[in-house]
Amino acid sequence: MTPSHAASKYMTLGEGGLAAAMTALAFVSIVVAAKAYTPEYAFHAYLFAAASVASVFVIVNRYFERSPEAPPLEIDGKPNYNMGPVKLATLLSLFWGIAGMTAGLWIALELAYPALNFGLAYISFGRLRPLHTSAVIFAFGGNVLLATSFYVVQRTCRARLAGDLAPWFVILGYNFFIVIAGTGYLLGITQSKEYAEPEWYADLWLTIVWVVYLLVYMGTLMRRKEPHIYVANWFYLAFMVTIAVLHITNNAAIPVSLFSSKSYIVWAGVQDAMVQWWYGHNAVGFFLTAGFLGIMYYFIPKRAERPVYSYRLSIIHFWALIFIYIWAGPHHLHYTALPDWTQTLGMTFSIMLWMPSWGGMINGLMTLSGAWDKLRTDPVLRMMVLSVAFYGMATFEGPVMSIKEVNSLSHYTDWTIGHVHSGALGWVAFISFGAVYCLVPWLWNRPLYSLRLVSWHFWIATIGIVVYVTSMWVSGILQGLMWRSYTSLGFLEYSFIETVQAMHPFYVIRALGGALFLAGALIMAFNVWRTLYPPREALAPAANLVPAE
Amino acid sequence: MSTTLWQKHWILERNSILLLIGILIVIAIGGLVEVIPLFYLKSTIETADGMRPYTPLELAGRNIYVSEGCYLCHSQMIRALRDEVERYGHYSLAAESEYDHPFQWGSKRNGPDLARVGGKYSDDWHRDHLKDPRAVVPGSIMPAYPWLFTTDLDYEHIARDMKVQADLGVPYTDAMIDDALADVRTQATDNAPDADALAKRYPKAQSRDFDGNPDRVTEADALIAYLQMLGTLVDFKLYNDKANIR
Repeated sequence: MTPSHAASKYMTLGEGGLAAAMTALAFVSIVVAAKAYTPEYAFHAYLFAAASVASVFVIVNRYFERSPEAPPLEIDGKPNYNMGPVKLATLLSLFWGIAGMTAGLWIALELAYPALNFGLAYISFGRLRPLHTSAVIFAFGGNVLLATSFYVVQRTCRARLAGDLAPWFVILGYNFFIVIAGTGYLLGITQSKEYAEPEWYADLWLTIVWVVYLLVYMGTLMRRKEPHIYVANWFYLAFMVTIAVLHITNNAAIPVSLFSSKSYIVWAGVQDAMVQWWYGHNAVGFFLTAGFLGIMYYFIPKRAERPVYSYRLSIIHFWALIFIYIWAGPHHLHYTALPDWTQTLGMTFSIMLWMPSWGGMINGLMTLSGAWDKLRTDPVLRMMVLSVAFYGMATFEGPVMSIKEVNSLSHYTDWTIGHVHSGALGWVAFISFGAVYCLVPWLWNRPLYSLRLVSWHFWIATIGIVVYVTSMWVSGILQGLMWRSYTSLGFLEYSFIETVQAMHPFYVIRALGGALFLAGALIMAFNVWRTLYPPREALAPAANLVPAE
Repeated sequence: MSTTLWQKHWILERNSILLLIGILIVIAIGGLVEVIPLFYLKSTIETADGMRPYTPLELAGRNIYVSEGCYLCHSQMIRALRDEVERYGHYSLAAESEYDHPFQWGSKRNGPDLARVGGKYSDDWHRDHLKDPRAVVPGSIMPAYPWLFTTDLDYEHIARDMKVQADLGVPYTDAMIDDALADVRTQATDNAPDADALAKRYPKAQSRDFDGNPDRVTEADALIAYLQMLGTLVDFKLYNDKANIR
């Protein structure tokens, strides 16, 4: 590097500021680690310190490596897209998906064969279950949402992603949050709010990451070359904004000390229950639904090469869905100590929610108009279309289960678990797989290694879902009926443990369904790996064919 | 006419800030209507005598219950349904969790409800059950928790926990917070001389060596003390259902 070259190069405010902030965080983390109340918390503080130091190193290193000018927004009149962060999040989603599904299979087996807990704290069911849910929802689903939202917003705005370091900070910061959350559960650090288990310091970190995410997204929207904001972005935006509101409200807590991982939620009892399920159901509504509808509205039209079926339906779908979803939380609390008026309100809106949900499903499916023949030849499109069909089934089952009389039977049983998985495996995971199968060839600019393997993935995973969901229907309804079963003399017919023992065969079948689904994901990982690193034999014959032209 | 209405949506489609504000307004309504009244409607939480904050040992036990994820398989919420009331006891009141930060109602019953498990089984049973669930309940699918009996309870900072709860509105007095460390040891000991004083501060508090190991205060002491008090505070012989119809 020549001196004159170096002289014209300055550290940007973002680089300097982030490096300074990370240096400060490293110092604070080391102090916290030294004075932490528990070794588990000290471990987390050391992780924070190590990650901060590493990030400072990377920022400085990147500064010396990069060219003096910022990357151009356009090259030859075409947007200069920033796809690095998208690639990273895509690959991370695969990694976390397999990790999360493996954890799920393991805890399914623990319920069937409790000896698999081995009397060990770190792998006991109570600690692994949040690891499973967080890994599949937030790590797998979250990275898919980060990847696709950063991809879609650039393509539909025809603009480069806003920020230089910011998009990388979002992806890496979010995944660091996942590491803190996951290791925390194994070490017994949890605040016990379902789907919001991470403790206060992880929540604070996620809040910072999320605000930056929103800023990057808004900044990119403002750079757009298109007059209109495309519908997929409305859904992504609703997902980001609402998750921020939910996250901050539900996790409001006072830590015992800066040096303690323990905190107490500011809400108590019945109000806490309401806030939790307002959060919990809208984690489903906005994380697992609105965000993934954003994927549906971009990837299905793109893959089918057809425009979205109805623009007007998408407007109604969007506003009705986000308005009604937020009310549905109390259906998790039927017949509890939550006041009746709140329960009834929750039930009413849950039933109404059926309409916008199916409006969205119709809009997604009918986009295939004139392109249905592609289902025969394109297993990726088939996967995404089946996911929309599963979305329709799950969003029909949900309103049914929210009816108080149905809920009195289904609540506390495996029926709920089955319902969640028909949505999570059928809708969320399948639309994600479809998006990743689209993204990998688009991002790396090479054909997918094998469409046959996609077909195998599709069928194995579909059979897995059917096995999983039906076994949970049977076990859930069976256990619910056994709990309320009376003898002719008017006594409860079954002791609780009898109803547990009756579940065993279904737990084995469920684990089989989960294993099939995991096998499908492994096939996908293999396929992606082979796409990125094609085997020599696959390249050689192609090279030989060229002269025959 | 209709075209103009649809075109009005362009205002939001063309301005990201307005779209953001529109989303915020639309998603705020439902939450505000359902959550805010719960804080000021008096009928939300019944009047029930007997509720008190957890003793320091019970609170430490509750924290273990939380960190082991017990709530993932055990609810603490008996619904107002005939079979549940007959199986587990009086349906749960909102008042019974009014000091619970956070609540532990749960959402799944891989095991039975625990809202009123206090006093149903002996300490001995709980010890055997936590060490090896299948030794006392054949067919149980619960994990074993042997480490609770070999891990000393970390209660050095428990007074700080109580202070935070007091700041959040749990009626811990200064005396309760000052005596927290001594109260832990008292409650985990057989025939402790201060047990009566403890029971005066915390009515119905049970003091004894819960884990069967008088030499140490273990995590099992705290967890069993917590389990044995669950649902025991409100005396339902004196509770007036009719007065609290909501």
